[in-house]
Amino acid sequence: MTTTALDLAAIKQQFPLLQREVNGAPLVYLDSANTSQKPSVVIDTMTAFLRNSYAPINRSAYQLASEATDAYEGARTKVQHFINARRVHEVVFTKNATEALNLVAHSWGRTNLREGDVVVLTHMEHHANIVPWHMLVAERGIVLRWVPLTADGQLDLTTLPQLLDGAKVFSFTAMSNVLGSITPVQQLCAAAHAAGALAIVDGCQYVPHNVTDVQAWGADFMAFSSHKMCGPSGVGVLYGREALLDAMPPFLGGGNMIADVRLDGFTTAELPAKFEAGTPPITEVVGLGAAVDFLTGLGMANIREHEIEIADYALRTLTERFGDDITLHGPTDTSVRGSTFSLAFRGIHPHDLSQVLDQKNVCVRAGHHCAKPLMRLLGVSATARASFYLYNDTDDVDTLADALDGASAIFGF
Amino acid sequence: MPGLEDLYREIILDHHRNPRNRGELPPPAPHAIGHNPLCGDEIEVYLQVENGRVVDIKVGGQGCSISQSSASMMSQAVKGKPIAEVQALVRRFKGMMSIPDADGNAIEPDPAVTLGDMEALQGVVKYPVRIKCAILGWNTLLEALEQV
Repeated sequence: MTTTALDLAAIKQQFPLLQREVNGAPLVYLDSANTSQKPSVVIDTMTAFLRNSYAPINRSAYQLASEATDAYEGARTKVQHFINARRVHEVVFTKNATEALNLVAHSWGRTNLREGDVVVLTHMEHHANIVPWHMLVAERGIVLRWVPLTADGQLDLTTLPQLLDGAKVFSFTAMSNVLGSITPVQQLCAAAHAAGALAIVDGCQYVPHNVTDVQAWGADFMAFSSHKMCGPSGVGVLYGREALLDAMPPFLGGGNMIADVRLDGFTTAELPAKFEAGTPPITEVVGLGAAVDFLTGLGMANIREHEIEIADYALRTLTERFGDDITLHGPTDTSVRGSTFSLAFRGIHPHDLSQVLDQKNVCVRAGHHCAKPLMRLLGVSATARASFYLYNDTDDVDTLADALDGASAIFGF
Repeated sequence: MPGLEDLYREIILDHHRNPRNRGELPPPAPHAIGHNPLCGDEIEVYLQVENGRVVDIKVGGQGCSISQSSASMMSQAVKGKPIAEVQALVRRFKGMMSIPDADGNAIEPDPAVTLGDMEALQGVVKYPVRIKCAILGWNTLLEALEQV
């Protein structure tokens, strides 16, 4: 059992889906790096909002619309404090983190990047932080450079100054969705700035699990998603420094993002509306606000401590039980990793492994995790990934290990 | 482990462990690469076609036991067959996988076409996610045939 400040039994009770039994046994949900389960408070807040307070935001005078606007904007304030943004309008709601990163590449990138300009990425990026830049390579001939990895799956920073030399952008993940590696975000932002480059942080895997402080990081932009942090899908967040967002052209055009529209043109609204064209996911943003309150109530530092304990236990247990038969990609030092584990087991293909683990109600992701360049670097086409969150405990690690034993039986090892 | 016997039949595991007709054929052999974008699995099919007959086939790539064994069995089944028979076989196999024809209609089994060992893959239908794995090699075969 865990010894951290979190009461795991009580936390699990707050997730209705985790109460569900399949074939008479509880689910062991180890796919939170993909998407997280939702606590009752998020579900109930969204339901109550839909039942009692749902209305358009920002555009009607009646009381109900005002309530809905307050709920929506209230969530923005919660998110601001959650990531320690300086100003509330530095928080832009998007469809998801992918859209947030595309917004930056499209709006800032197309305004500021020319042929030959250098954007530095890392070998452990998610496709969402690769493809938007590839699109600019195709469109205007920017040049991509890649920060390599060390043997244990951390960023190899020995050549970083050369890679950043002359670069306009350094865009990198705060935590790998495949390897679990946590990157030295503050150091990387400082290195980017020293080279005169912008620092863009993909916080999808980090923000749900750790204390986030965009000001301490010195990040220029930071993207993350609601659905990985106990909130609903359909909403993501872009944090951007005010001066940058102010200077950028809008991304999508339409309602809400304008100050005026004439026959001969338009002027944009102030931040953050400038980047929130059309009716936003109102209920989902309210749900995200509830998720922020939920996580803040538990304490992000406590969640991180709990996950270090799970990660330590998983590393120890899986290594002791399976030795060389299991490969756990990524760092073994839990001070620089989260509780996401990509694993290779006895030559069993990840798809087959995932299928067999499912017989024991163990839900793991099999595939390339939207990180094909990293898969190629690891020399695999896919991995099985077990990712733990605040509602997982060490028993879940044991269940995973038992289920792995079962896989050996089928495949004849 | 109960429940998975239908999926992981011994014949499937045998083809997974010892895939038949592995390798490649040199250009200009008709060649296609199929990807399963969900999982990164990849199958390559090389053909040697003479007088309307598939006289040789090689299979490359990597993937799960279902995709690899299905492609392995497929290679055995089509080797030596006239293209028309190969196409009938693909149709029969897709029918077994509950994949409708181009018009969206269910494919009725053609009694003239036998699947032999490949009947073992019938169990895949119970696991809809895996149908894509089983069919990957067959779609790649069709792509390679288009180059003939």
